Amino acid sequence: MKHIKTLKTKKLNNTVKTGGCGECQTSCQSACKTSCTVGNQKCE
Amino acid sequence: MVHCYKNNGYNIVLDVDSGAVHVFDDIAYDMVGLYEDNDRDDIFSKMKSMHPSVSEDELGEVYEEIGQLKESGDLFSEDVYKDRVIDYTKRPTVVKALCLHVAHACNLSCKYCFAEEGLYHGKKAELMPFEVGKQALDFLIENSGSRHNLEVDFFGGEPLLNWQVVKDLVAYGRSVEKEHDKHFRFTLTTNGVLLDDEVMEFVNREMDNVVLSIDGRKEVHDRMRPFIRGDGSYDLIVPKFKKLADSRNQDRYYVRGTFTAGNKDFSKDVLHLADLGFKQISVEPVVAPEDEQYALTMEDLPELYEEYDRLAAEMAERMDTDREFNFFHFMIDLEGGPCVYKRLSGCGSGTEYLSVTPTGELYPCHQFVGNDGMKIGDVYNGIQNKELQQEFKGCNVYSRKECSECFAKYYCSGGCAANAYHFTGDIRGTYEVGCALMRKRVECAIMLKAARELKEQ
Repeated sequence: MKHIKTLKTKKLNNTVKTGGCGECQTSCQSACKTSCTVGNQKCE
Repeated sequence: MVHCYKNNGYNIVLDVDSGAVHVFDDIAYDMVGLYEDNDRDDIFSKMKSMHPSVSEDELGEVYEEIGQLKESGDLFSEDVYKDRVIDYTKRPTVVKALCLHVAHACNLSCKYCFAEEGLYHGKKAELMPFEVGKQALDFLIENSGSRHNLEVDFFGGEPLLNWQVVKDLVAYGRSVEKEHDKHFRFTLTTNGVLLDDEVMEFVNREMDNVVLSIDGRKEVHDRMRPFIRGDGSYDLIVPKFKKLADSRNQDRYYVRGTFTAGNKDFSKDVLHLADLGFKQISVEPVVAPEDEQYALTMEDLPELYEEYDRLAAEMAERMDTDREFNFFHFMIDLEGGPCVYKRLSGCGSGTEYLSVTPTGELYPCHQFVGNDGMKIGDVYNGIQNKELQQEFKGCNVYSRKECSECFAKYYCSGGCAANAYHFTGDIRGTYEVGCALMRKRVECAIMLKAARELKEQ
């Protein structure tokens, strides 16, 4: 596209069927423990 | 939902519900705001008055590109997850992580400490006996289902005041891992006062992560983090923190500070830490009642927004140089990251994550410890206040109207229940200052991703 550049992103709606295993870590907005923020969390 | 904003010279369009992120040129950016509520002729007419030198053909190109994105589900998508996420939050959960308060005591007297010099509203210092910690690890193993990786944070107060127990608990954890098919990931948070070579060697062998408390510039740090006798702690801890960070190859640690109304120019503190050589940095806003002298309020927001912008611009400048560093609140994974269920269902406090006091009481997270009404059980008898646990289980983006309408919901997960509780009296409330700053940080984080990707292209 000439006027718009689209970044590489994970399509959230694709995770509706594949997600929900519940195996991910807890998350926290503070760096005072093991977890990271949900926006930077790994699907683990 | 679409969120459009300008940051550091980029016109960013976030398609909230698909997660797609676009960088628009000026013409496309002006058109996207008109696209949904106007027909083609009206859009072109309005665009011509805004951009008189742009040809009809070019406007047609832009209109076509926006239409293609809408068609492919990457623009103007809708939130279709609500019912599924609410069902998901009703599932049986296991305990994944414990925060062990191994010391309700501290050798510093930090002015903003929510733990009140480590005492957590208690009257005297308390250290966790080994037996309580051992029971906590057994409780975690028994209540973690088939989960393999278990997180345990050694927290306080100052955990190094009870160092032998920390070491003994790590040894106990390692001794029972194989038998139960578990792996413990340990984390230590410390103010650094008692950090020495023996501690560093153990930490580097056993701790997945270390959090090192330092606020930034010497005058800022020493003003807020003095010893009980009044003198500052900066000069003592900085050489030790630098040594530990280097010994971990500048990975798997954070230097972690707090900014207050006393240093609203906190980007200088972040850059000070970066220029000391630290590569993993978190400097976070204080959460304090509005009547505290150092509290951050809604009136401070414009100044704090500028500070985040300044920091993000500097980080973009340092990208791919040896002065580059990570800033915890600007770290975002657009290509990976968890599924929508995790993104929208909250942090896990009270259900998957619990805090343990030195006497073995269980609380939903470390920020509730000492609040009697929030005690949820103990490590000997398990969860006893099931009603309270259900309340925490029901915390998700859709349980707060403000969150369900917020562009940052997939990167925030509905905010901090403890902050909401302390400011509104309800774990399903929202802490306005915290929300506003979170939105700003998400904008900066996405801008940095755009800057990196466009640079690579």
